[in-house]
Amino acid sequence: MHCTINGNRTEMVIDPRTSLLDFLRDHLGLTGTKKGCNQGACGACTVLVDGERINACLAFAVQYQGRSITTVEGLSRGGALHPLQQAFIKHDGFQCGYCTPGQLCSAIAMANEIERGIPSFVTKNLSTETALLDHDELRERMSGNLCRCGAYNGIVEAISETFAKEPA
Amino acid sequence: MSVLKDTAQKALQTAISFVPDRWLPGAEPDPMRTKHGLIGAPVSRVDGPLKVEGKARFAAEVPYENMAYAALACSTISRGRIAALETAKAEAAPGVLLVMTYRNAPRMAPPPVMNSAPKAAGASDLPVMQDADIHWNGEPVALVLAETQEQADYAKSLIRVTYDLEPAITSFDVAKTRAHPPENILGEPSSIEFGDAEAALNGAAHRVDLMYRTPRYNHNAIELHAATVAWEGDKLTIHDATQMVNSTAWTVAQVFGLKEEQVRVLSPYVGGGFGGKCLWNHQILAAAASKLAGRPVRIALSREEVFRIVGGRTTTEQRVAIGAKPDGTLAALIHTGVAAMTTHNSCPEQFTFPARHLYAADTLKVAQDVADMDMVANTFMRAPGESIGTFALECAVDELAETMQLDPIELRRRIEPEKDPTTGHAFSSRNLIEAYRRGAEKFGWDKRDPTPRARRKGEWLIGMGCATATYPYYRMPGGAARIRLTREGRAIVSTAVHEMGMGTSTVQQQHVAARLGMSFDAVTFEYGDSTLPAGSMAGGSSQTASISATIIAATEALTKELLKLAGNDSPLAGLKPDQVEARNGGLCKRDEPDRFESYASILGRSQRQEVTCEASGPLPLEAQKYSMHSYGAQFCEMRVNMVTGETRVSRFLGSFDTGRILNSMTATSQFKGGIIMGLGLALTEETNFDARFGRIMNPSLAEYHVPVHMDVPRIDVIWNDIPDPHSPLGAHGIGEIGITGVGAAVANAVYNATGKRVRELPITLDKLL
Repeated sequence: MHCTINGNRTEMVIDPRTSLLDFLRDHLGLTGTKKGCNQGACGACTVLVDGERINACLAFAVQYQGRSITTVEGLSRGGALHPLQQAFIKHDGFQCGYCTPGQLCSAIAMANEIERGIPSFVTKNLSTETALLDHDELRERMSGNLCRCGAYNGIVEAISETFAKEPA
Repeated sequence: MSVLKDTAQKALQTAISFVPDRWLPGAEPDPMRTKHGLIGAPVSRVDGPLKVEGKARFAAEVPYENMAYAALACSTISRGRIAALETAKAEAAPGVLLVMTYRNAPRMAPPPVMNSAPKAAGASDLPVMQDADIHWNGEPVALVLAETQEQADYAKSLIRVTYDLEPAITSFDVAKTRAHPPENILGEPSSIEFGDAEAALNGAAHRVDLMYRTPRYNHNAIELHAATVAWEGDKLTIHDATQMVNSTAWTVAQVFGLKEEQVRVLSPYVGGGFGGKCLWNHQILAAAASKLAGRPVRIALSREEVFRIVGGRTTTEQRVAIGAKPDGTLAALIHTGVAAMTTHNSCPEQFTFPARHLYAADTLKVAQDVADMDMVANTFMRAPGESIGTFALECAVDELAETMQLDPIELRRRIEPEKDPTTGHAFSSRNLIEAYRRGAEKFGWDKRDPTPRARRKGEWLIGMGCATATYPYYRMPGGAARIRLTREGRAIVSTAVHEMGMGTSTVQQQHVAARLGMSFDAVTFEYGDSTLPAGSMAGGSSQTASISATIIAATEALTKELLKLAGNDSPLAGLKPDQVEARNGGLCKRDEPDRFESYASILGRSQRQEVTCEASGPLPLEAQKYSMHSYGAQFCEMRVNMVTGETRVSRFLGSFDTGRILNSMTATSQFKGGIIMGLGLALTEETNFDARFGRIMNPSLAEYHVPVHMDVPRIDVIWNDIPDPHSPLGAHGIGEIGITGVGAAVANAVYNATGKRVRELPITLDKLL
C-alpha cells in the first residue's frame, strides 16, 4: 500500500487502526500537522487530500491508498514560503502557532471552494456562480479551525490579502 | 506558619513604605523607558517562519529511539477506594509492556503544592498513584505502556476497576453551606474591612445589592497536554509543555527524591497555556512508567483527559453591593462571595482583588470564602479572579449608574481614587480615566442611548456597554539572566523562561538589542530549558517585567566587566558604569559620545573571544511601595435577536493603560486574544459539572464552546503608552488584562440592547428569551 505525501510516494505499513493524523505524526515524523482534540472539533489536523480539506484525525490512514496528501510541510515551494504563510507572519495570524498548520491548509482549500462557487451557510445568493471572499463568508468557512490564542483577526486579514490579490 | 509569614510580610511592607525611593529598584526610572529604536516597534515574531512551516517542535513531537506510549485509565467516581483492579487482560494484550497502578508504581512523594515553597509547582499535593484512595472523578488509576499508541489505547479499554464508594461533596450548593475563609489569598488577607460598610450601604441615597454567578471554565489550549520523558541513569529529562520549567524540575525532583539538577525540563514551544500548562499528574506518571520500563515514554492526553486531569477556573457566587451619595461618590463598596476549591490545592480564585484597588469609597468590605469540594484541583486560568471579579463588580457599577441616571463613564470619573483605597500607597501609574476618554471617543460612546431597547435593526436589538479592566503588576523574585558577548559582535542572552505565543523571545531580543546598542539580528535569546539560568515562570502577567529586570542586572554586570577589560588604553578609561551608555555595538560616555569603543575592540585588545556575565534581578520591592496595576476600558456593541435570543458581538474596542508597550504587533495580538477569551467567558463557555456524581459532562471541544472565527468581529485595541516610572522598561505584562472587564462590557451591552440584566454567566440565549 502507498500514498503520495507532499509529492513523495510513501509506503504504508500500518496498523489498520492508525488514523491518518497519527500516521503522519508518529510514523512519518511529519509533526507539522497537529492534534488538538482527535475528534474533529478543532481543525488543527486539517490536511489537503487531492486539494480538499479534511480532518486527518477522523480518517484512517488506510482509506487513503493511492491518494495525494498535502500537509503544512508541503506548502512552501523551493524553499520559499507560500504567500499565505508569509501573510500569516505579516498579519500576526498566530500566537502559539499550534493551530496554524490547520488554519493554513484549511484556508487554501477554502479559497478553492469559493472559486468553485460552493455556497456556505451565509451565502446570500445560492444561484451565483462564484461566492464572495467577504468577511462573513471567510469567517463562516473558517469556523471549523479553532484558535484559542485568539488570532482570528490576523488570520482573516492574512487570508483576505492573499486570496483577494491572487485568486486561487 | 502562614500567620508567621503574614506577619513577616506585613513587617516588610511597613518597613518598605519608609524606605527612601532611591533605595528601591525601579525608583530611579529605567532610562530605556523612553528610548525608542526597536522598543515598541511592530517587529514580526522571530519564530514566525518556523511556526507557519510546522517546524516548531512541541512536547509530543520529540523523537526517541525505543519509545513507549502511555495511555491512562481514569476513575469514574469522585471519592472512595479502589476495591478491585483487573489488569491481567490488558497486560496480555499485544504490544503491552506494563500496566502501572498504585500496586507497582515507584514510591513517590506528593508534589509540593504551589505557593508552599518558592519553586513548588504541584497543582495539588495529593499523592500520585500511591494508594487505593480516589479523590476526584477522573483521577488516573492505571497507566498502560505499549509499543504503539493504538496498542496502549486498546489495552486500557480492557482494564476493569470497581470501587468502594464514600460520600463525596460534589454539589456547590451543599459545599457552600460549609464555606470558610482560606488562610490567605495569594499572600493577601481573605477579607478587608474599613468603616461599617453595611450600615453605610443602608443609609446611602442610591444603592444596588446584587448576586452574580460564574461557572467553571477550562483553558482549552489547542495543544493537548503532553510530555516526552527519558531517564539516563538517575537523570531525568522531561520535554514538557509548561509555563514553569524551573519549578517543574524542582518539584519533580522532590517527588522522585532527586536533586533539582538531576531533572532537566525543556519547553521551547508551548501550544497555548493560559494558566493550564503547569505540573499535573501526567508528567509524573510518565516519568514513573519510564523508570519502571527502562524506556523513554510519550504521554499525550486526550481532550477528555485534559478536562478530567487538568483543572480549570472554578465556579463562584459573588455579592456586590454599592451605596452612592447624591454627588456620585461612594458611601460603601461591598464585594463578597465564595469559590469552589479543594482541600489539596492553593487557588482560591481572587475575585475580590479588583474591588480592593479600583474605586474610592468611604467604607469598604471585601471578603471571600472557599467551599471545599471533591473535584479535580481548580487552578489559575487567565486573570484568575480578576476576569470574573470584574464581571460582578463592573456589572454592579453599571446598574448603579443607571439607578443614578448617570453615564457609567461619568460615574467612574467620580469614584476615581487618589491613592490605593486599601493599601494607601501612591499609584505608580494610573491613567484609567484617560483610557476611558480615548476609548469612548474612538468607539463612539456618545451615540449610545442609555434607554434599553432603543436601537433596533430588523429583528435585532442593538446595545452598547462598557466596563473597567484591571490586573495587578507582578514581577517575580529569583530570576537570573546570562549575557554572552562575542568578539564577532553577537550577544546570546539566556534565561529559563517561556514562549507560549506571547512573543517573549521577540520582545526580549528587541530589548537586548536596544540596551546593548546592537542590531536586532545580532542578538539571540535562549529560553525554555531548566539548565539555563533560572527564569521567571510565565504566570500572573509577570514574565516580561521579570525577564527585563534580570537583563538589566546582567547588562549592568556586563558594562562593569567591559570597562574593566577596556583598561587604561581605551577612550573609556577611567569611566564609571553610570557614566557610559551602549551605542552602535559598543560603549560611549553618556554626554561625550565620541569617547567610544566597540565591544569587538574591547574584547580584541584584551585578547578575549567573549565575555559572559550573569546576574539576578533585584527583589520586586517596587510593588510593595507603590500600588501597581494595569487598567483598561472595554467597549462592546451587541446585537441580540428578539425572536431567538441569539447574541452577536458586532463591535469591540479595548483601550488599555498598561505602561509602555514593547512590541505593538504582539501586544495587539495579546490584547485581542484576552478579549476573545473574554467573549467566550461571557457568551459561550461553561464546563458542565454533574452535581450528583462530580463528573464533567462536556469534556470536548464539540460541547465546550470556545469562540470560533464567526463569533469574533474585528476588534480594535488602543493604548495610552504612558511608561510606568517604577517598572523595568516602563512596561507591564499584558497577558491577562485583556480578558478582564469583557464579561461585564458584554453583559452591560446586552442589557442596553434588551433591558435584561443577566447576572449568571454565560449569557446564553435561554437567559434572554
